[in-house]
Amino acid sequence: MALLSVQGISVSIGALNPLEGITFDIDKGEILGLVGESGSGKSLTAMCVMGLLPRIGGSITKGSIVFDGRDLIGLPEIELRRLRGKRIALISQNPMTSLDPIIRIGAQIDQVSNLHLGLSAEAAKARSLELIAQLRIPEPAAIHRAYPHQLSGGMKQRIVIAMALAADPDLIVADEPTTALDVTIQAQIIQIMVELVRDRGLALMLITHDMGVVAQACDRVVVLYAGRVAEMNGIGEIFAEPKHPYTRELIRCIPRFGQAPGSLKGIPGTVPSIVDYPDGCRFNPRCSNAQALCRDQAPALEPKSSGLAACHFSEV
Amino acid sequence: MISFFIKRLLLLIPVFLAVSLVIFMIVHLVPGDPIDNLVQINSSPEQKAALAAKYGLDKPLYQQYAIWLGNALTGDLGDAIILRRPVSDLIAQNLPHSLTLGALALLFSTVVGIAAGALAAIYKDSWIDRVTMALILLGSTVPGFWLGLLLIMLFAVQLGWFPVSGARSWDALVLPVLTIGLGGVALVARVTRVAMMETARKDFVMMLHAKGVPPWRIELRHVLRHALLPVVTILSLRIGWILGGAVTVEFVFARPGLGSLLITSLNQRDYPVVQGALLMLAVAVMLGTLLGDIVQAAMDPRVRERIE
Ligand SMILES: Nc1ncnc2c1ncn2[C@@H]1O[C@H](COP(=O)(O)OP(=O)(O)O)[C@@H](O)[C@H]1O
Ligand code: SF4
Ligand SMILES: [Mg+2]
Repeated sequence: MALLSVQGISVSIGALNPLEGITFDIDKGEILGLVGESGSGKSLTAMCVMGLLPRIGGSITKGSIVFDGRDLIGLPEIELRRLRGKRIALISQNPMTSLDPIIRIGAQIDQVSNLHLGLSAEAAKARSLELIAQLRIPEPAAIHRAYPHQLSGGMKQRIVIAMALAADPDLIVADEPTTALDVTIQAQIIQIMVELVRDRGLALMLITHDMGVVAQACDRVVVLYAGRVAEMNGIGEIFAEPKHPYTRELIRCIPRFGQAPGSLKGIPGTVPSIVDYPDGCRFNPRCSNAQALCRDQAPALEPKSSGLAACHFSEV
Repeated sequence: MISFFIKRLLLLIPVFLAVSLVIFMIVHLVPGDPIDNLVQINSSPEQKAALAAKYGLDKPLYQQYAIWLGNALTGDLGDAIILRRPVSDLIAQNLPHSLTLGALALLFSTVVGIAAGALAAIYKDSWIDRVTMALILLGSTVPGFWLGLLLIMLFAVQLGWFPVSGARSWDALVLPVLTIGLGGVALVARVTRVAMMETARKDFVMMLHAKGVPPWRIELRHVLRHALLPVVTILSLRIGWILGGAVTVEFVFARPGLGSLLITSLNQRDYPVVQGALLMLAVAVMLGTLLGDIVQAAMDPRVRERIE
């Protein structure tokens, strides 16, 4: 049985319905990539898994989220809080703003193991120092005493990763963990994170808009488009034989080594805005295969020769 | 850190000089000659001149200022013309009353204001928030002296719970502290509420929820702590305002203190006392601002960073 199983969840925030029928699962120790362009609903999906959707005024209107055999939907807030940080941890998109600016780095990591593992102040500190060292940060003791503004973005994101690991969770949700960082250190941070996750046998839901990162790190991929799942498949299958035209475009757009800068081609057309999603398949205005049916009926997410895809005309 | 505050202290010197000059000049620019208060109606010009010489009033103004300032720096503020005692004695006698009143009013404003603001922010849009907001509005629009009179009428005259005036026992402090403090409560509550609601929207607060930290702990240990920063700023800016409140309130409640001393001496044109009292108030405001800076640096590592 999957560690986390998300089945057909739809989300509404006020009058908006930003997610529709999101479905995927993650096994123990698996790294699942969640890709899609900006605005496709990646962060909201993360919020659903964290049980934090009500904090931004949203609610899940349909579907189920089963974690380790328990449906998180309808779970009392106090139960959710015991899972958060302890069994499901978050690595957020912007390390610059994710730490409390007037509290020492160390105290912010200690807080997690103190809260969830009941460690004493000294034990929590010892554990934090060990984690800081594992994230290959020099001089852990000095960093433990430092304040967030004294650290670079990359260092801060390592601290956020340490914080996520502090209570030995089973699942980590990482929402574009390197997007806000300097390009030169992005790959390095991803590599450290993936290594630590693999060493511990943790499951990771890695959100990114970068197919390159997916290729580097993931076992399986879910592709989101405009609030719906376009395709889900294993990493080998999806790169060898994408079933959805949008996935094909995404793969085509990965910058290749040796490619001249500027020759990078994006997908033609633009992502539709949430306020006027097209009828039928939401990808139809940008799809070269689009037929009359595509403008009429939304394709269901269905099993293909391997994985799942939502396309009326996917060949296999 | 230490060097910053020495620098800050040195920066206060020109401010102090400017303020002392203004205080010195104001007294000399108001109409009315203090010598006239000292002498008999029929005394001769010679007698007047002798008295003027005794108090140094015959010298040019700039010399008078230099002498006055030089003496003031050594703690000698001259002698009161009417009360015929050293001004420093008068101030030493009255200052503790004003300090007690000011400190209690500040404490009251801060503690009650922060508690009310925090409750309003945590239970925002509930009846607690609406009631607090209404009281804040009332507290910030009603003038202090009027509130003082109202409190006297209600609690001292009608109910007889507290003395109408004086400073003989602790309960005589209650109404004056309320009078000065309620405006401060309204101000602090408003700043706390807004700052907490703003902080609650920050990313790091969402991260704290994601870490599974209990909401009440997030509100008190993190959000409220951030909200205290602007509260400290506003309070250190309002030190003068609080002391000014103490001046009028002492008068309204006929309490001894720097304010009463100032107003009495002003009426009697006893200007060595006026100058001395004003100078003390100015120094208090400057030290209050410095104290605010110190508290802020103690609370916010980013402020300490900027300092170093
Ligand atoms: N708090 C919110 N209120 C209203 N709409 C939101 C909110 N957060 C996200 N959305 C909308 O939901 C859609 C998906 O957003 P998001 O999950 O942040 O996308 P991604 O992380 O993939 O860039 C977007 O159209 C966005 O405008
Ligand atoms: S359903 Fe039609 S429009 Fe949508 S991806 Fe498939 S072919 Fe393209
Ligand atoms: Mg996002």
